[in-house]
Amino acid sequence: MYKIAVLGDRDSIYGFAALGLEVFPVSDSEEGARTLRQLSEQDYAVIYITEALAEKVPGELERCREGLLPAVIPIPGVHGNTGLGINMVKHSVEQAVGSDIIFNGN
Amino acid sequence: MASKQITPTRMELTRLKKKLVTATRGHKLLKDKRDELMRQFLDKVRENKALREKVEAGIQAANKNFLLARAGMQDQVLNTAMLAPKQRVSVESGVENVMSVEIPTFDFKTRTPDKNDIFSYGFAFTSSDLDGAVQSLSDVFPDMLKLAEMEKACQLMAVEIEKTRRRVNALEHVMIPELQENIKYITMKLDENERSTQIRLMKVKDMVLKDAHNYETF
Repeated sequence: MYKIAVLGDRDSIYGFAALGLEVFPVSDSEEGARTLRQLSEQDYAVIYITEALAEKVPGELERCREGLLPAVIPIPGVHGNTGLGINMVKHSVEQAVGSDIIFNGN
Repeated sequence: MASKQITPTRMELTRLKKKLVTATRGHKLLKDKRDELMRQFLDKVRENKALREKVEAGIQAANKNFLLARAGMQDQVLNTAMLAPKQRVSVESGVENVMSVEIPTFDFKTRTPDKNDIFSYGFAFTSSDLDGAVQSLSDVFPDMLKLAEMEKACQLMAVEIEKTRRRVNALEHVMIPELQENIKYITMKLDENERSTQIRLMKVKDMVLKDAHNYETF
């Protein structure tokens, strides 16, 4: 039985607590990276992370890419959409196909 | 030209021929695997893109609602309201096999079946905006989970496709041509050896005949 975590700045994620997800408010990127690493070693199947924080911890994000679990999924925070999430999908396409054929460069 | 020293013997030739057969078959199989993976990947990634756009729009709408709710309430009240969630979500994770790539499947369960348990507070002291905000987030949650599943699948498949593509290319452009080159080299060398043996024998025969009977063949 796995759990779901939500990671990011407090304002963006407190609403998820009401749904029954576990929220981990972090204030800076160092703390974020540390928490993400700890969470990925525990039994969390999905870790939602705000795009703003995800941008600051590319190393940890890359590390979680190859394993089966957890799935680290960027979501837009309260400060808006930075496009990181869609860029990660783009990255997958480029890795698999060799060039971006789904988004056609936009 | 053969890139490294190979011994032109029959044994080596048989060995290389066997290797070529294996390599060719492996190449065909891997190519099929790559094509099928690619087909499924493209389907998935298109779905992933659509889902992500939907989820991002949903979360952004929910965030707007939360912002409104926060504006209309005191911070302490809000913190208290969110302090002790009634609902708890847990995930069952299964494994699905797509062309030997293991991708996870998620199935979420809530602790209580009551949908209204997402409101973990009394309605007396909180603004109604908060109810709307929590509701909108709860509506988008099933899609978020689907997105997690899909996105992880896409990431894993992308890695596998890259690996398979490299293997196919290595076989197609390095292994197989090299083997063919080596086989050709050995065959030519063996043929050449045979011809030279033949000629030597003919020469020897001539010499023997000449010695014995003083007999000229030409």
